[in-house]
Amino acid sequence: MNDQELRGHIETLSDRLTGLEQPLRTRYYLTCEAEQVYEICRFLFEDVRARFVIATVIDNDDNYEIVYHFAVDERGTVINVQAFLRDRDHPTVASITPFLPGAEWIEREMHDLMGIHFEGHPRLERLILADDWPDGVYPLRKGGAS
Amino acid sequence: MKVTMQKPVLPVGPVHPLQEEMEYFQLTVDGEIVTDIDVRLSYNHRGIEQISETLQFDQVPFLVSRICGICSASHPLAYVQAVEELAQITPPERALYVRTIINELERIHSHILWVGLAGHFIGYETVFMWAWKYREPVLDLLEAITGNRNNYGNVKVGGCREDIDPELVPEMLKALDPIAQKMEMLTKAVLDDPILHARLKGVGILSKADAIRYAVTGPTARASGVPIDVRRDDPYAMYGDLDWNVITQEEGDVFAKAVVRLLETLEAVKIVRQALQQLPGGPVAVEVREIPPGQGVGHVEAPRGETFHYVRSDGGNRPVRHKARAPSYVNVPSFKASCIGQKMSDVMITLAAVDPCYSCTERIAVVDARHGKVLYTYEDLLRRSREETERIRERFV
Repeated sequence: MNDQELRGHIETLSDRLTGLEQPLRTRYYLTCEAEQVYEICRFLFEDVRARFVIATVIDNDDNYEIVYHFAVDERGTVINVQAFLRDRDHPTVASITPFLPGAEWIEREMHDLMGIHFEGHPRLERLILADDWPDGVYPLRKGGAS
Repeated sequence: MKVTMQKPVLPVGPVHPLQEEMEYFQLTVDGEIVTDIDVRLSYNHRGIEQISETLQFDQVPFLVSRICGICSASHPLAYVQAVEELAQITPPERALYVRTIINELERIHSHILWVGLAGHFIGYETVFMWAWKYREPVLDLLEAITGNRNNYGNVKVGGCREDIDPELVPEMLKALDPIAQKMEMLTKAVLDDPILHARLKGVGILSKADAIRYAVTGPTARASGVPIDVRRDDPYAMYGDLDWNVITQEEGDVFAKAVVRLLETLEAVKIVRQALQQLPGGPVAVEVREIPPGQGVGHVEAPRGETFHYVRSDGGNRPVRHKARAPSYVNVPSFKASCIGQKMSDVMITLAAVDPCYSCTERIAVVDARHGKVLYTYEDLLRRSREETERIRERFV
């Protein structure tokens, strides 16, 4: 796969995206709504054969944002998928763990710290927080755990 | 009367804060065979990502170098590269050489440490003693450059804080020769030892397919035939300009992981030597006045695999979000694939083969879940692992 073929692969996703930027040859930033995450990530992992690196969750005041980082090592490229979760009261997104076991921990971590619900996660139990930590208190949300 | 027996559970952990990942392994065993493994972590969650949002861009490297004592060059470098990417800063060439030298020296001492501990776990105390002895000169080199044996605090946005004293370069080059020589001896000793072949081959296999599914990185991936290395794939510092090889093995067992680490150490010496020989003149840093809004990604091939940092800025003097992912975070869950079906005497070395936090394993104990009675202590398991080696050794005598 060369750089152009990779770009071609990513462009086939454009129906599902709200934005596509490539500030450097080796960096992509895709934006999408939460509903599209499952299909985009599945496409990147299974069809583009990208490696799942990690995901970052961000509290943007009026929404939650999850950035899924994938790497295409063959091209030294990092693809960042920025997904927006608009429902602040019930932030929910489909889990990608069913096809990508490497995502199990980080989804549990985001569930613990930011209160994101991952639908279809095989085991959405505590990973970071202690067992006696109160329910419904999410330390990474703005305003903290108070 | 029907008697139901719960299967004994073997807890490994909880933890001791040595590295960034705090682990607690719970192994379910059926006689000698491990049938399930569960991992919990974060017994000492320090909230580094959140603290980072309260610090200025220039203070964060000191924070992230404390994520891990051994990877204290890799984490700040990954962070600094992320900030340099978002602010479009190009550090001077000399700084890139200094970064390369420090990061490779870090790889050498980390891999030697692993070889020593692996030897200790299977009853090869000579390897343990050798490793500690030959690791010292590497730390001396790091001290000569940065003033510290660990926690170098040398990398900053725009370059490096400390330069290499040009007068020290010939001495440092000379010091590399015995390091390379001893590592070659150690590598040969391991590769030629029929007992080690028998003890470590076929143990704790992580298949290529599982390596990809669990998204593992570093020697753990390369020993399973997944040829990924950030230094070659997305070159940073001066790696793209130097002559070295990515080491891979196909087998995925503990022996393959040992071979990858030993051969990588020799490659790392090659890289340090070239970098010292080619070290250009000039400054080691450019002035950085402000960080614009934006986002950037930095990743570095740490001794254990890819260290990944993501930084977002809103144009202020602090990151609004900073994500750090250490390699063990993706390597450790692969135990689910490599430990199940293993004998208990092999689990110790299989867990160690990924090079996670060692102090965890010192709190190992086997507990019968039903009665809460301790069946085995850390010493018992160590003894079992060594007896296994002894049994194999007897076959050869």
